[in-house]
Amino acid sequence: MRIFDPHIHMTSRTTDDYEAMHAAGVRAVVEPSFWLGQPRTSPDSFRDYFDSLLGWEPFRAAQYGIAHHCTIALNPKEANDPRCTPVLDELPRYLVKDRVVAVGEIGYDSMTPAEDNALAAQLQLAADHGLPALVHTPHRDKLAGLRRTLDAVRESALPVDRVLVDHLNETTVKEAKDSGAWLGFSVYPDTKMDEARMVAILREYGPDQVLVNSAADWGRSDPLKTRKVGDLMLAEGFTEDDVDRVLWRNPVAFYGLSGRLDLDVSSPDATHEGNSILRGGE
Amino acid sequence: MTNPRPTPGTPTQATPAAGSPQGITPALTPPEDLRAALAARLGGAARAWLDQALDEAAAHPGAHGPISVWELRLAEAGRRCGPAHADAARVLILHAAGAGTDALTRVYFQGTADERRAALHALPHLVPGPDALPLVEDALRTNDTRLVAAALGPYAARHLDPHQWRHAVLKCLFTGVPVDQVAELGRRARGDDELARMLADYAAERTAAGRPVPEDLHRVLALTGSERPSPGTADPHGKES
Repeated sequence: MRIFDPHIHMTSRTTDDYEAMHAAGVRAVVEPSFWLGQPRTSPDSFRDYFDSLLGWEPFRAAQYGIAHHCTIALNPKEANDPRCTPVLDELPRYLVKDRVVAVGEIGYDSMTPAEDNALAAQLQLAADHGLPALVHTPHRDKLAGLRRTLDAVRESALPVDRVLVDHLNETTVKEAKDSGAWLGFSVYPDTKMDEARMVAILREYGPDQVLVNSAADWGRSDPLKTRKVGDLMLAEGFTEDDVDRVLWRNPVAFYGLSGRLDLDVSSPDATHEGNSILRGGE
Repeated sequence: MTNPRPTPGTPTQATPAAGSPQGITPALTPPEDLRAALAARLGGAARAWLDQALDEAAAHPGAHGPISVWELRLAEAGRRCGPAHADAARVLILHAAGAGTDALTRVYFQGTADERRAALHALPHLVPGPDALPLVEDALRTNDTRLVAAALGPYAARHLDPHQWRHAVLKCLFTGVPVDQVAELGRRARGDDELARMLADYAAERTAAGRPVPEDLHRVLALTGSERPSPGTADPHGKES
């Protein structure tokens, strides 16, 4: 089973996780920019974070045979802090980089006017840079947040079929699907989705444009949730092709909209030997 | 960083060969030869893109606007030319733009790890004096073995002071960068008794821990020409992280 985790915060994870993920079949990840638990106080710490997502973290991942890409953005929570918002002016120079495959995570946290402004500005940046957008839907007041998110997308220059709305659940999946957006689901130990509910949603709505992620970060989370969903899909009668579609081909198709996906992963040593351990598009 | 299980997915001894066409070392190859070698390897679309990028860089060097056109081309070289050719393409763009210490410093510190590596490869072609050494020193502080190796090209061989150079060689042994990647290793190691002492101390530390001594250590030790170095009393340390 080959797995592409389309949303995971590896900066917060250990090399044990990378090793276990590779053993479970994970060969590619996208790490969205987000907040760090501890609030930032200046654009400088965003710069260091973005540099890490484009430097050290891909190096770490490559050592475990995993292709690492990222998305770059000012996240919704810190969009409310005037000490952080000047980072919006710095995003264009990051959005041209290789391995930046979307603008994200953008969206709503508390649905404030400051979040409206940051969301609109960053949807425009995505359109300007030929990138899709990864949009986080809020934890609180989720359905209202989804509707406001979809309104913002419709008012933007970015077509809705270049938008992935994430952290969906039973209450938001139908309206999200009807909009034409890509559908992201985060599978967590306690909150968000779990494996059984995820499989039920796949049965009801089908695998078209559905992406499943672990969204693992510094909180209680599990970087192997993608594999566990794949295993349960098979146990419940889905085919291997269905699993491959949800856990590999759909994320490749969505982030491939950037034209910057490079799945030819090789650890430095494997490259030295003149071969690589994974080729994209297989 | 060593790992006893050499299976895919476990960390391996790192070799920074990514980003260069096979057999071409961007830091050691004159730019005109590099361009000819790259042109022979790139497909039609990538070659056309590179030709245009080099023309633009030559026509509009320097800093202009929010971001110069040649800096945009530098950023996208990986997806345009493919990862195997990105280092060479970036070195050529930097050369075409006539990037000096200031421009290379900006590109390095605003760059991805791949762009930083290219800036390091470009140093011997573009900076005659030692004023770009802070980039080398920054790269040597990282734990990214591809950056460490790129930092130890001909520019560092020429300008890095003995103390930092010795520590860089030792860091290669620690992190698994083959010392073949260190430019002018023989010339700089010859007669360096202090390097020989540090190597002997490191060998003693490895032996005391019941760990193997890297083969490369014996090679460098032989290059110093130092006779029967005895371990000194330096405080042993070992972790790079």
